[in-house]
Amino acid sequence: MNVATFDAYPDSTVRYSAAGAHLQLRGVTKSFGANTVLHGIDLDIPPGQFVAIVGRSGCGKSTLLRLLSGLDKPSGGTIEIEGATTGWDDHVRLMFQEPRLLPWQRVAANVAVGLSHAPRGADRKREAQEALEQVGLGTRGGDWPSVLSGGQKQRVALARALVSHPRVLAFDEPLGALDALTRIEMQALIEQVWQDKGFTAIVVTHDVSEAVTLADRVLLLDHGRVDMDVTVDLPRPRRHGDPAAAAIEGRILDRLLAR
Amino acid sequence: MTRLSRRHLLGAALPTLVMKRTLPWIVPLLILLLWQVAAQTGLLRENVMPAPTAVAAALWKVAANGELWRDIRVSAWRAFTGFAIGGGLGFVFGMANGLSGLSEKLTDSTLQMVRNIPHLALIPLVILWFGIGEQAKLFLVALGVFFPVYINTLHGVRSVDRQLLEMARAYGMSNQAIFWRVVFPGALPSIFVGLRYGLGIMWLTLIVAETISATSGIGFMAMNAREFMMTDVVVVSILIYAALGKLADTVARLLERTCLSWNPAYVEA
Repeated sequence: MNVATFDAYPDSTVRYSAAGAHLQLRGVTKSFGANTVLHGIDLDIPPGQFVAIVGRSGCGKSTLLRLLSGLDKPSGGTIEIEGATTGWDDHVRLMFQEPRLLPWQRVAANVAVGLSHAPRGADRKREAQEALEQVGLGTRGGDWPSVLSGGQKQRVALARALVSHPRVLAFDEPLGALDALTRIEMQALIEQVWQDKGFTAIVVTHDVSEAVTLADRVLLLDHGRVDMDVTVDLPRPRRHGDPAAAAIEGRILDRLLAR
Repeated sequence: MTRLSRRHLLGAALPTLVMKRTLPWIVPLLILLLWQVAAQTGLLRENVMPAPTAVAAALWKVAANGELWRDIRVSAWRAFTGFAIGGGLGFVFGMANGLSGLSEKLTDSTLQMVRNIPHLALIPLVILWFGIGEQAKLFLVALGVFFPVYINTLHGVRSVDRQLLEMARAYGMSNQAIFWRVVFPGALPSIFVGLRYGLGIMWLTLIVAETISATSGIGFMAMNAREFMMTDVVVVSILIYAALGKLADTVARLLERTCLSWNPAYVEA
């Protein structure tokens, strides 16, 4: 068993400081045929920052996320993660709006899907179990996904994203399909694992309030350009309905609705 | 209101589980009894339909002299060899055409054209090609089984959830892992539909082929008995076909339930 190459951060204190990756986007464009979705995005995201991207439907926010997660390639410009323009796919994990669990694999095996890059002999079982415990589902490893609730499935998806210790975790409206209470629980869980692990987090959301609750920085995307870049410097954990947060939310909403 | 009263009626009529279990058997047993009585009183002539006891005696006789086992072995071998060839090819083509656009463009329209020929219509041609030997029967069974397995495998691969495939790619699965962990299990429910449908066609084809031209097998046993006016043995052959068909389907269902235990739709009620 080759521990050294598999477990990049064997020491937990090292893992924290080395966890988040630095993202740099230079003039990133993306077109589908004649339709240009992203017009030269320049972004600098320091390691470990929690960034929320908001915007209207079709503003290009999901496209940007797909570029960051390596599912699509940009039409122009460069994406650098820790100074490298390629080969960083392993460091980035994408969490989808739907859990997208394999229904024919038990929960633990679904989490182990996140270890596809791990070499032979890696202790996938233990890694998967640890990730499940992080999301509070330590006892459900042997269940079929079909018996879980919507919120639990999304937590399994989170465990699957976390299990490879990604340095960037991208969320594509991960809470969009959940009910209001489960949503608040999931927000708290995401915030907690982010603080715990120190990865760079990028959340795409429709919900400005969610963006302000979770993020250090909110980017407003409009017609494929960054229209607004707001720093949210509020203490954590943030309470829902906090007046300072509400003020920031109001500013973003005003811009979004062009009032 | 109607639901309530119906439940009440059933509840009153079926006080115990034993009753529920025995109830479905009452009608068949009654028919058997009537059949026996009709045969014994001469209402049913023996060369039209022998009595159930006579059929049972005939079954005992052919089983005792070993004729039955030899014929079952021969028929089962033909059935399952033909099934393996036709089903195997159907699976391979279904997978290939589901996964590769090139392969599909190359072969699918040809296969769809051949599919429109009823395979039993080829019997005269097949006899000309192969005579009445084993190849003729294997060819017909394989051809009959090929299409349901092919079509359902292709459909299964095509209907695999795109979102799961995207997830698998985003999580860095190799093509091999994507096939074994996403595509194949995703297509499996549909493949099983094809298998069970293919099993039905397998027996049907074999019965026709053995009845028309054979020197052994259950179909031959039936046709041979007909020449000697042994109606009881003819009935035995028909029942053996039914039993083999039921057995194959039960095994397929058991397999289905084991392989698809993740799917709530297949969990035993």
